[in-house]
Amino acid sequence: MDVRKIAKLAHLEISDAEVALYTPQMADIVKYVEQLNELDTDDIEPMLGGLTTEGEETLTIREDVVIESLGQKAALSEAPSGVAGHFQVPKVLN
Amino acid sequence: MAPRRRWFEGQITYFFMSIVSNIEKTLDNAESLNGELNAFLSIEREHALGRAAELDTASGSKLNGLAVAVKDNICTKGLRTSCGSQILNNYKAHYDATAIKRLKDAGAVMVGKTNMDEFAMGSSNETSAFGPAKNPWDVTRVPGGSSGGSAVAVASGVVRAALGSETGGSVRQPASLCGIVGFKPTYGRISRYGLVAFASSLDNIGIFGQTTRDVADVLGVIAGRDPLDSTSADVPVPDFAASLDNDIAGKTIGVPRALLGEGLDEDVREKILAAIDNFEKLGAEIVDVELPYAKYGIAVYYIIATAEASSNLARFDGVRYGFRAEDAPGLREMYFKTREEGFGAEVKRRIMLGTYVLSSGYYDAYYSKAQKVRALVKRDYTTAFEKCDAILTPTSPDTAFKIGERSDNPIAMYLSDIYTVSANLAGIPAISVPCGLSTEGLPIGLQLTGNFWSEDVLLKLASKYETAFPLKAKPSIYVG
Repeated sequence: MDVRKIAKLAHLEISDAEVALYTPQMADIVKYVEQLNELDTDDIEPMLGGLTTEGEETLTIREDVVIESLGQKAALSEAPSGVAGHFQVPKVLN
Repeated sequence: MAPRRRWFEGQITYFFMSIVSNIEKTLDNAESLNGELNAFLSIEREHALGRAAELDTASGSKLNGLAVAVKDNICTKGLRTSCGSQILNNYKAHYDATAIKRLKDAGAVMVGKTNMDEFAMGSSNETSAFGPAKNPWDVTRVPGGSSGGSAVAVASGVVRAALGSETGGSVRQPASLCGIVGFKPTYGRISRYGLVAFASSLDNIGIFGQTTRDVADVLGVIAGRDPLDSTSADVPVPDFAASLDNDIAGKTIGVPRALLGEGLDEDVREKILAAIDNFEKLGAEIVDVELPYAKYGIAVYYIIATAEASSNLARFDGVRYGFRAEDAPGLREMYFKTREEGFGAEVKRRIMLGTYVLSSGYYDAYYSKAQKVRALVKRDYTTAFEKCDAILTPTSPDTAFKIGERSDNPIAMYLSDIYTVSANLAGIPAISVPCGLSTEGLPIGLQLTGNFWSEDVLLKLASKYETAFPLKAKPSIYVG
């Protein structure tokens, strides 16, 4: 398993020390979960989520009523950098 | 009102104290024990006293003046909600979770946010970015996790009840290791609105109580359909507290004896076998059941939970809230550096594992396979509940382990949840109740798992057990 490649896919910049730590650990975990391969599941329908029959029958669409929104000020208040009503990020293009 | 009074049993002083002075005492206790136990990440004195002052002792609201502690991954408006992570270290939520709002409306007072494994990923509280909470029975041992801080706050007597969250046993396992009651509802029973997502198809808000009654009273308030959570089910909410006194004669308890073998601590086995006999004495009928796919639960869990986590935690990128790494030359570098510096090792391990199992070419081999075996785990229960009302197992295969003992061995840590993950996979309710102490004097919990929406049956069985066979000992660290 190429841990560095996976880290990149997951938007994580990991150090050489971390690669050395995670590579054997993740190999062990993957080996452990591969015990599922001993089961024949050809005729089994995958279970997609945790919903019960009642949950599936519950209307997921709520009444279309206007409620107060968070607002620009509050939405920006926790941002590491917010400027003039926008989230500010480092430059995208060089 | 008569049954409601029982809430205050053992707290007679309550009637003679104002809500403010009672909350003040709770806050003092939380502060004085926190140096040793590290149960709270923040103690919200100003918020709690302000709220207490608003409440009228005579208002008669359901939980009037009850102090509760809340796991730090449940949003509390204007108050720090860190998820035990550096990446949200200074984050203050913009809104209350539905469970918090309902507790508030019922007169409960939130006194503080509790320590937890980072983003609820862990079974020992050691992955918290702010140091582990300690087990009040022995501070060299873990309290369990991930909701360890909430368990410690209840077990040490600071509060009677606390909220936690469950993805694979994160309320029941710490409850077992700390000698208190821990409860996971049916998926959809309690709104997840405002619970920071880890693995959405497995996550639940759970409840800790000193007794089953504490759990029942809190559940009665926070349960029920919420339009803000599309997975919360429109199912009637019974009067859980009222069902507690009923007789359990004729109830059938299934025991999967095949799961009481290898890997189970000898002391735990002994107490669980004794508990089975005790339930029989209380009038329950004991039958054998089989859960042949339960042993695959951990493997299924670590595929599904990590896959969902890798997607859910993509939102932490240093743009809209939380921590941002400094000095990144461009946007992409900022994402990478922020996540590298903001997340701890276990979170990174799980995000990467989830990314791996979902990645091109591996999806069917891991994720689809796990979803199929998840269906088999659920089918096990459907079959078992044809002949019993609840299934009895240990909650945890052993008692509280030493801090540091398993932190270098992810799989050994994951196996702490071997008895609990299946309920999350199937979506069914379960409860952990103390059933004795080990030879070392550490608490042992029994777990009762029930069919969908049968919380009332579980609470009744648990209540009967704790009343007939109470855990008399108290932890070595307990409020005076």
